[in-house]
Amino acid sequence: MSNKLTTEELVVQARQIRRLIIQMLAEAGSGHPGGSLSATDLITALYFNVLRFNPADSQWPERDRFHMSKGHCCPLWYAVLAQTGYFPKEKLFTLRKLGSMLQGHPDRKTPGVESASGSLGQGLSIALGMSLAAKVDKKDYRVYVLLGDGELQEGSVWEAAMACAHFSCSNICAILDANGCQIDGRCEDIMGLEPLAAKWQAFGWHVIEINGHDMQQILAAYDQAKTIKDKPTIIIARTVKGKGVSFMEGVVGFHGRAPTAEEAKKALEELA
Amino acid sequence: MAEQLYQRDVYGQALVKLGASDKNIVVLDADLSSSTRTNLFAKQFPDRFFNFGVAEQNMIATAAGLASCGKTVFLSTFAVFAAGRAWDQVRVSLSYNNFNVKIVATHAGITVGPDGASHQALEDIALMRVLANMNIIIPGDGPQTEDAIMAAAQHAGPFYIRLGRSKVATLENKGEFKFGKAQLLTQGNDVTIVACGMMVAQALGAVKNLAAKGINARLINLHTIRPIDSEIILKAARETKLIIACEEHNIFGGLASSIDEVVAENFPVKVIRVGVRNRFGQSGEPDELLKEYNLTSLDIEKAVLSNISVR
Repeated sequence: MSNKLTTEELVVQARQIRRLIIQMLAEAGSGHPGGSLSATDLITALYFNVLRFNPADSQWPERDRFHMSKGHCCPLWYAVLAQTGYFPKEKLFTLRKLGSMLQGHPDRKTPGVESASGSLGQGLSIALGMSLAAKVDKKDYRVYVLLGDGELQEGSVWEAAMACAHFSCSNICAILDANGCQIDGRCEDIMGLEPLAAKWQAFGWHVIEINGHDMQQILAAYDQAKTIKDKPTIIIARTVKGKGVSFMEGVVGFHGRAPTAEEAKKALEELA
Repeated sequence: MAEQLYQRDVYGQALVKLGASDKNIVVLDADLSSSTRTNLFAKQFPDRFFNFGVAEQNMIATAAGLASCGKTVFLSTFAVFAAGRAWDQVRVSLSYNNFNVKIVATHAGITVGPDGASHQALEDIALMRVLANMNIIIPGDGPQTEDAIMAAAQHAGPFYIRLGRSKVATLENKGEFKFGKAQLLTQGNDVTIVACGMMVAQALGAVKNLAAKGINARLINLHTIRPIDSEIILKAARETKLIIACEEHNIFGGLASSIDEVVAENFPVKVIRVGVRNRFGQSGEPDELLKEYNLTSLDIEKAVLSNISVR
């Protein structure tokens, strides 16, 4: 995007995107609100102020790449793609319906989606492939990938983490939506992940830890990542699952359950 | 004595040829490049070769990322790991995306030899065959390996190409290779023998022995398992009424099953399976193992003789 938004404008845009997430999930009747809402501020800032892309030419070779490894949070991705002009907003309400280009988990038939996801633990490798392609082609695009914290329990993430550092992929910026929750409960209760920063540092990454709902911190982290020239960067963003809707915040049950019509109404009032 | 070649040597050389003519080719391996022979490409084109260490899942999903940026990716490891270890990555990141990634798996089948069961892939055809979008080629000899690699480079989409560890006799007079079109190696109307990979040479031995006994066997080299050449199989079913399916693979889900599916829907005939019968492999020399697991030309001949009379 050429015209960057102010942090205040980003906050307004993120609220609008949260509204769309609630509306499309309520219409679909199923899907994953919790992790979509926790990563909304991160991905809104990325698309509106950081990422280099052209919605009119989704295959523009020089575009920065974004991949959503935690594919279940695609309602967020779809809302952002609609808001940035990849397709009309009305399409959002075909989510999860037969024949829709907006599948329950990302699919390449959606304009702006580079690769399918949904089976966790593969996205950092996909980003690595995009990064190596830039190296082979001597292109200067950057690669952004959104990971979930529960996802880090997949061993293949660490295979990829090792390789990104080994190949000195400084064009990779991973964004960890550390909302602390997974389907069965709190991550630390199900399968402990901490200390996250020390783990990624030990794997050879530059680590930036931020509050993932503070727009100024988010933008500063993206800026800092661009200055790191010898290693990949991960932004460990501490977030709240279900952020923005009081009765969803930190509630594990909203990992994979859509709001009812009544809950949606209440949520939209809060996000007005 | 026919020429004997390692299919993986031919593969490595074919990659070098491809790499010289197509700058878009990228090659990946997972710590087995000297065995799979991708090291030949690595030596010539170090900037387009990436070694992932012992991490097949990462290698395969990374291939998807490269392909999403327009690269044609060839990647190699042993068949047990390529098809088994990273199956979900092959499913979601390669097949579902329909990406231009060519898995060239070496050391398939029982003839891996002394390394034993853990390294003898007897299930990989089955694992790859059930994936939508996946193309599968099992070349019958050395020269056909180059044909398979070139075909995979020319056709968009994911491929699984299955190669062995041991040398394979070069087949004579097999005619032109066409992806998706099986090759008729011998004419005959008494029985049809269908084989792939190194089993084609075994089948050829059986055909010669049967000819001496007055039995004219039709031999088909089914080098492309997917998309399958239904036409040649149905013609054989109609004209010979008996099919012997030979593969260096478990009898479940591989070449025999592919044939079963075609005839069962269209023209049911008896299909006798010459393959590993619901067992894991074990250590031994390739020749010993072929005997132990009943995969020799003699076993194929026996399968014909004991079924041809009852048809």
